[in-house]
Amino acid sequence: MPQEGVIVYLCRAAAFLRCIKNDLAHNVGMRGGLSILVIDDNKIRASIIEEGLRDAGHEKVILVHQMEGLVRQIADINPDVIVIDLENPNRDRLEHMFQVSRAVQRPIAMFVDKADSQSIEAAVDAGVSAYIVDGLKRERVKPILDMAISRFRAFSKLTQDLEDARNELADRKTIDRAKGILMKSKSLTEQEAYDLLRKTAMNQSRKIIEVAQSLVIASGLLGD
Amino acid sequence: MGIKLTPVIAGFIPLLDSAVLVAAKEKGFAEREGIALQLIRETSWANIRDRLAVGHFDVAHMLAPMPIAASLNLTSLAVPMLAPMVLGLGGNAITVAASIWRQMADLGADLDGDPASTGVAFAKVLSARKERGESRLRFGVVHPFSGHAYELRYWLAAAGLDPDLDVEISVVPPQLMADALAAGQLDGYCVGEPWNTAAVQAGTGRIATYKQAIWPDSPEKVLGVTRKWANAQPDTLSALMRAISAAADWCAQSDHLTELAQLLAGPKYIDCSSDLCVPALGGEMKLGKNTHKSIPDFLTFSGGLRAAPSPTQGVWFFSQMVRWGQAVADPEAERQAAEIFSPEFYEAALGLGLVGEPQAIRLFDMPVV
Repeated sequence: MPQEGVIVYLCRAAAFLRCIKNDLAHNVGMRGGLSILVIDDNKIRASIIEEGLRDAGHEKVILVHQMEGLVRQIADINPDVIVIDLENPNRDRLEHMFQVSRAVQRPIAMFVDKADSQSIEAAVDAGVSAYIVDGLKRERVKPILDMAISRFRAFSKLTQDLEDARNELADRKTIDRAKGILMKSKSLTEQEAYDLLRKTAMNQSRKIIEVAQSLVIASGLLGD
Repeated sequence: MGIKLTPVIAGFIPLLDSAVLVAAKEKGFAEREGIALQLIRETSWANIRDRLAVGHFDVAHMLAPMPIAASLNLTSLAVPMLAPMVLGLGGNAITVAASIWRQMADLGADLDGDPASTGVAFAKVLSARKERGESRLRFGVVHPFSGHAYELRYWLAAAGLDPDLDVEISVVPPQLMADALAAGQLDGYCVGEPWNTAAVQAGTGRIATYKQAIWPDSPEKVLGVTRKWANAQPDTLSALMRAISAAADWCAQSDHLTELAQLLAGPKYIDCSSDLCVPALGGEMKLGKNTHKSIPDFLTFSGGLRAAPSPTQGVWFFSQMVRWGQAVADPEAERQAAEIFSPEFYEAALGLGLVGEPQAIRLFDMPVV
């Protein structure tokens, strides 16, 4: 298993959590009784956002991972702000709910200020959307939206890093297999096998991993 | 010889009527017009609207009423939009749970899906339920500003029902409809294909009627663009519409049916079994497990005049928004709705002569003039 990848991931996660703590100092004074509902199938990301919001002094943060019974939940929680990920196929359902449901007390508009096109763009870029109760002051809500945006961004970077770490590991395994094939078929030492891969790659202006992949595939086709 | 292609990014929802965009890309029609078309699959119409509004997408596969709703500021993140071309006509159906259909059939519902007959039978089922004190039935549509919502409401209202009181209409993503019906969370729905066929094949649903019978040859999806983009990139928009027009003609040819079904069923697009795509593309529908019906125009792709939007269509959609309390009657708003559906961009792009008088709108219960 990709142990190294996991270690890299854990280190990054730890650094990430430290950065969350730093936000604490940043947001002192933003305390308020706003209740915030976070709808996200991705439990890890949802808790990262939750933690950020709590550290910023928001006590009433509720996470929801599935849409079943959501109307009732929204009626019970009566949130001031709803944060939802853009991958969620139920966004249309949610918007319709705001339009028609008697359970939702106050009209809910998406984003606090339609004129704030920068925030809107940043949110869509980051993959998050927010719905905010009408009448809330921009100053109260902006930090929440900004935090959600930065958490989403950081999370996708984290995911990308993990993916990279996994790929790196997979690449190394492929190169090891290619070396093994060469060592066996050409009776080379490990170092000679690696040098041959590297030379071939240089001559063909390709990456070593590409040469190794071709070799592994070809050898698989020829029945090893 | 290394001609530089103009990149165009298009958002789409995995439905059969994304076919013209898929074919424009996969069959080289876009490239022939100098366009590198990139298709991005989306999970909700809200995402399509938002990503078009902020400029992630240049164009999008859109529900026909959406550009009007966005331009009239009826939805969030509203920016002025246009519907310069129709991407598909028809293609939707109203499916009810198999148990509801059995009651409707006992009360004389037309097996071939005649909307007047099935509507009356459905109204009888509802009044019997009311007498027994049973709960309201729940229907799904894909979006409040959609052909689906208006077709379902029109069908119910024509049978004397009040869509807001006699049933409950909720919004469910298209790909989840059939499962929601099977799980009993919905009693019926109006959706595009292949999601009606999915319930028919599973034996959990029966098609009661369909869009082509309710409003023949009516626009379902349009090419959605922001006014800003259309004004900034008129040549790219023209070239794109020529590419889509050629792609639509390709899609409309019956000998391409199998290839098109396989293309759409692929993992990048609808990601389903190609068997699900064939019935609607070929116009050979199964309304129920054992009821086959030829409906040649069930879903139409046209690269010709029928892909030209018509101001009367825009006005009709706006009238439905007013009828169902989504918008306030207003002559200025109505004029805007007509303008959003102006055929002039399409006609100019394809070098078509004037289409002539806009066609009058005729639905199933309107007398032939």
